[in-house]
Amino acid sequence: MPAFLRYLTPLLLFLALAGLLYRGLSLDPHRVPSPLIGKPAPAFSLPRLQHADATLSSDDLKGKVSLLNVWATWCVACRAEHPLLVQLARQGVVPIYGLNYKDTRPEAQRWLQRFGNPYLANAFDADGRVGIDWGVYGTPETFVIDKRGVIRFKQIGPLTRDVIDNTLLPLIRRLQEETA
Amino acid sequence: MMPELGHFALILALVMALVQASLPLIGSFTRTPAWMALARPAAWGQFLFLAIAFGALLHAFLVNDFSVLYVARHGNSQLPVIYKISAVWGAHEGSLLLWVLILGGWTTAVSLLGRRLPQEVLARVLSVMGMISIGFLAFLLFTSNPFERMFPAALEGGDLNPLLQDPGLAIHPPMLYMGYVGLSVAFSFAIAALIGGRLDAAWARWSRPWTLVAWVFLTAGITLGSWWAYYELGWGGWWFWDPVENASFMPWLAGTALIHSLAVTEKRGAFKRWTVLLALLAFSLSLLGTFLVRSGVLTSVHSFAADPARGLFILLFLSIVIGGSLSLYAWRAPGITRGGGFELLSRESLLLGNNLLLVITCAFVLLGTLAPLLYDAMGWGKISVGFPWFNTMFVTFTPPLVLLMGAGPLTRWKRQDPAALLRDLRLAFALSLAAGVAAALPWLTGSPAAGVAVALSLWLVLTLLTALWRRLRHRRPLLRALRSDFAGRGSRSWYGMWVAHLGVAVFIVGVTFVTQFDIEKDVRMSPGQSIEVGGYRFRFDGVVPHPGPNYRADRGTVTVFRGDRQVAQLHPEKRTYLVQTRPMTEAGIDAGLLRDIYVSLGEPLGGGDWALRLYYKPFVRWIWLGGVLIAIGGLLSASDPRYRLRVLARMGSRAAQQALAAGGAA
Repeated sequence: MPAFLRYLTPLLLFLALAGLLYRGLSLDPHRVPSPLIGKPAPAFSLPRLQHADATLSSDDLKGKVSLLNVWATWCVACRAEHPLLVQLARQGVVPIYGLNYKDTRPEAQRWLQRFGNPYLANAFDADGRVGIDWGVYGTPETFVIDKRGVIRFKQIGPLTRDVIDNTLLPLIRRLQEETA
Repeated sequence: MMPELGHFALILALVMALVQASLPLIGSFTRTPAWMALARPAAWGQFLFLAIAFGALLHAFLVNDFSVLYVARHGNSQLPVIYKISAVWGAHEGSLLLWVLILGGWTTAVSLLGRRLPQEVLARVLSVMGMISIGFLAFLLFTSNPFERMFPAALEGGDLNPLLQDPGLAIHPPMLYMGYVGLSVAFSFAIAALIGGRLDAAWARWSRPWTLVAWVFLTAGITLGSWWAYYELGWGGWWFWDPVENASFMPWLAGTALIHSLAVTEKRGAFKRWTVLLALLAFSLSLLGTFLVRSGVLTSVHSFAADPARGLFILLFLSIVIGGSLSLYAWRAPGITRGGGFELLSRESLLLGNNLLLVITCAFVLLGTLAPLLYDAMGWGKISVGFPWFNTMFVTFTPPLVLLMGAGPLTRWKRQDPAALLRDLRLAFALSLAAGVAAALPWLTGSPAAGVAVALSLWLVLTLLTALWRRLRHRRPLLRALRSDFAGRGSRSWYGMWVAHLGVAVFIVGVTFVTQFDIEKDVRMSPGQSIEVGGYRFRFDGVVPHPGPNYRADRGTVTVFRGDRQVAQLHPEKRTYLVQTRPMTEAGIDAGLLRDIYVSLGEPLGGGDWALRLYYKPFVRWIWLGGVLIAIGGLLSASDPRYRLRVLARMGSRAAQQALAAGGAA
């Protein structure tokens, strides 16, 4: 390597990094538009987390407004989000279903025991195949599904109090007034 | 009125910074002493105005002035006073103000303690620090003004995030910032040296104590943060590889490499380019950390509110500071003369190995932190990088690093006879290997990881003892020899190394044992019920409501027995803060040198039953004890009398006399 290039290497590396960071500014890790919004929720049928012999399928979600929360025990942000879900579940406004994503059964069950279980039922998606159908980018993600089984909203990243109070709950109330 | 005063003081501080950054630098080229002399008073003025601004914001919190937007968002009249104070740096704007204030403090310290430095060196160093300050002050004033008013004023504040209402977290950010910002001193010395083209042992000796102190703060801040996470988050974890944690860990790694490299440059005049590059890198990484935390490009549990405009500003600033300094490096580095040579086996070569390992580790942390962003930017999808990646990296890089750490202090500068080194090390090597294998045997622990940890720690301890023995072996009685050697000139930094390396040994034991042998049980308990975990019996005595100053709590009582003896009575709490209504856990912990007993409350299950988490955590204290020892070692090194400038000046003149005498003799 020519000598002058050797001394330029750190600068060049930094410029590449700065380019990446610049690109990063225009990407929002929380809001990725989902092509699925306004489309019927992808059909699935998976074993339940707590009862491996029972199944949870997309049909169970029909006929009511519901939330589907994608989570995993290996995801730190899910841990941060979890108390809010427990609180939301206690309010009893909307049924929350879980899609336990690329996880192991014992760990996921332990998590629910430990941190509380806000979910009406959990689908166990060990290899993440259903996650792919649903366009899951990362965990946690939360979908709002209306009475006809159409996805109306998607939150990427953890729910916050602000999102729940100002986006989620008003939307759910509106959707609940719609006729099926 | 006060907030406007604070705002005005910030503007004046910016003006002072502009003076401090420009005139002294120009003066150092035109050799105008009067202009160079401006650097010190300008620095003091800047610090004074920053202190006034900070005081004004603090005052707004203390008197509950909710007409100030920042106070209305993050303050509350019901907050205990200590959290009203820490609320000042509880969110983006105020923490940035704290950052500049600390920068002003470091600048003032340099201007006072560095007054014996050559005038143009001091002028350049202060001027570079002034430039950094300009960037942050402009950022503060133009995008994140903490004194912005709101009309009509709020009746009550939105309260400080309950997670931050904790004494540990009240002092954690200032500590960490002292570290981040302190690295700017080493950076400024490096830039000043590059500008002047004089990179010599004197430069290394000037920067070394500053770097050490900054690194000590960084170490203490990280240790404190980890301890806080352990007792406050309620699930017994102590490190999560979160982007914000990585943002503090990367400068620490680079800083660790830097203090070792500075030692070589000071003692042997070698590694000059490498040292300068590390000084630039360490501070650049702390700036990068600021960017990552505040721009919202990465999702993190504890990042600040995202704002793309702020992100763009920091990125621009980052490009100017880092890009500018690396350009300067590319321009000046070819002119730096080579230092003292060394052979393949020498202390220099071992330190070079340690430096490479630390920098590679740092690069891997950076890669792991930025990978989600990289994937996103390239359109490869979204990923999250977690424990497996970072843990694999650590398990890979720690053993070779520790092997080098053991051998380093026993190796001579310049050239080491391999046979002699082998003779010194073979006993320590054999003993630690044997102990490691023994520890891994099924009837002791049965865990290979624990075996490796025992071997590595014992290797460190034994080599350190060998090195100490070699220092003192010709003197008797040993204890007095130790005391007089410790008081001797230049030996405090050696003992600092000794204590810090011992801290690493302690840390390794703590990390490995707690990850290998901790026991946790998630249980449903009714009042009066007992459950045994890790040889201790936990009796649940029920939960009673317990009101706090600004929260409601459910307070449990768990009595812990070993056999029939009562060991501890713990009171884990579940708090709901009144304003932000966020449930928080306060773990009940019985701390001990060899084990912690840790209980936290889960959910009420009806009928007086609760979900509880019971943990037995062996050696977990050793993690922080290691951190504390490392910090103490750093302090000891920094307090070495040879860094005091009066001594430096005297030694400089003695060296000159010696050179004259040598020249005369030849």
